[in-house]
Amino acid sequence: MQSPDGLGPAVTEVGAEEAADWIVNLTLRVNGVEYRLEGLDTRVTLLDLLRERLHLTGTKKGCNYGECGACTVHLDGRRVNACLVLAASADGREVTTVEGLATGDELHPVQRAFIEHDGFQCGFCTPGQVMSAAALINEGHAGSEAEIREWMSGNLCRCSAYPQIVAAVQAAAGTRRTG
Amino acid sequence: MQAFAYARPTSVAQAVASGTEPDAAFLAGGTELLNWLRLGISAPKRVLDISRLEGLDRIELLPGGGLSIGALVRLSDAAQHEAVLRDYPVLSQAILKAASPQIRNLATIGGNLLQRTRCPYFRAEETLPCNKRVPGSGCSALHGINDRHAIFGWTEDCVATQPSDPAVALAALDAVVVTARPEGERRIPATEFHTLPDRRPQDHNLLRQGELITAIELPAPAPRSEYLKIRERESYEYATVSAAAALEMDGSTIRRARIALGSVAHRPWRLTAAESRLAGMDIGHREALREALQVSFADARPLSHNAHKIPLARNAALRVIEMAARRSPR
Repeated sequence: MQSPDGLGPAVTEVGAEEAADWIVNLTLRVNGVEYRLEGLDTRVTLLDLLRERLHLTGTKKGCNYGECGACTVHLDGRRVNACLVLAASADGREVTTVEGLATGDELHPVQRAFIEHDGFQCGFCTPGQVMSAAALINEGHAGSEAEIREWMSGNLCRCSAYPQIVAAVQAAAGTRRTG
Repeated sequence: MQAFAYARPTSVAQAVASGTEPDAAFLAGGTELLNWLRLGISAPKRVLDISRLEGLDRIELLPGGGLSIGALVRLSDAAQHEAVLRDYPVLSQAILKAASPQIRNLATIGGNLLQRTRCPYFRAEETLPCNKRVPGSGCSALHGINDRHAIFGWTEDCVATQPSDPAVALAALDAVVVTARPEGERRIPATEFHTLPDRRPQDHNLLRQGELITAIELPAPAPRSEYLKIRERESYEYATVSAAAALEMDGSTIRRARIALGSVAHRPWRLTAAESRLAGMDIGHREALREALQVSFADARPLSHNAHKIPLARNAALRVIEMAARRSPR
């Protein structure tokens, strides 16, 4: 069937009421700001909405299949892959992206720890890693190096900065052994 | 991705009524459906978002002593629920070894059973011969890359495996999948929910268009149960083979054993013949246990690249029985 963007015969065929269903309007609270979004194509994912419509490009599009974790955001306080969420289904919910993690000019402890421990090379996966790490610490899964590795396994790093990422998470969680 | 209309039914009855229309698809966690839409595996004209349906996101004790897990319970919530951890550890373990924390926060227990095979030919971005993707087009895996494919229950039409970890635990627990459809409720044993390719290789499970899973029911508690997942990476990887066991013991004697294997067939594979032999055996007699398990492997048939999965599955079954026996009863 033809896309409604083309306004071709498909839209006339299915009738006016149905045609309205191809488009959704929704409300979303992102990083504390309420957005009213109108005329959105039903196919738009939360990831594309954040990047293309709200221009919050900190959230990265890696694989777009839920395999790499680069698009990790918090949805109602829980970490999820934004590429696997249909924007329409997030209507009325609350999203935090990497742009919303810092308090003013003060970085989140996880962000500071990633800098201090060199938790990245190219940086592409870093926003997802940071969002995942912040959630992991809240979930109480930073008890040991092994536990951190297991609960960070949904975030891939092609530069393989894993040892530094684990160190950063331990530091931010206060579970890093010193000396 | 083909354009689709989006709607949110407000009751199970309404969801089922709209769902029976051809080209409608249910959206719950979305972790599978969105990828199907991208790959063209599914091209619905109407997506019915059931994720906010009330009453399907609860875990409740059943009067008879079992547990009902609502279809919309997120995997991460099911795995960490007190009653699941205490009474059905095999299910909690299987869930926590599935996917990633982010995916488990989205995916639902009902939707998990509906995930489709990870066969690379089925999931290919360019359509390749695959009887599950295009009925009648053939099976590319039969003589292709099939190291991760079935050793039980396959036919020349399809050699794919079912990839769900929770489904293996549910099969070992004799769980029941409860569904809603226009004619009313249906109860499907978890051991029969997924279909083998012998009749209709294009099918994945028994659900019909518009039929909606509402709950998973677990019978009596199985505190002596364990899940073992063998995979090529330590985490965030599908199983090469997996094994679930639920035991009832009298001292060191096995009173009853239920064992299911994962990633060896297009459904969780119960070792029923071995289970009857294991009853009455001593858990300490490893060689006798191994022999008892062997009877369930008489009909194992390797493909060109996966003969290693047969000893791997047999050893996994043995190990998981011993692991379950070591758990102290409640």
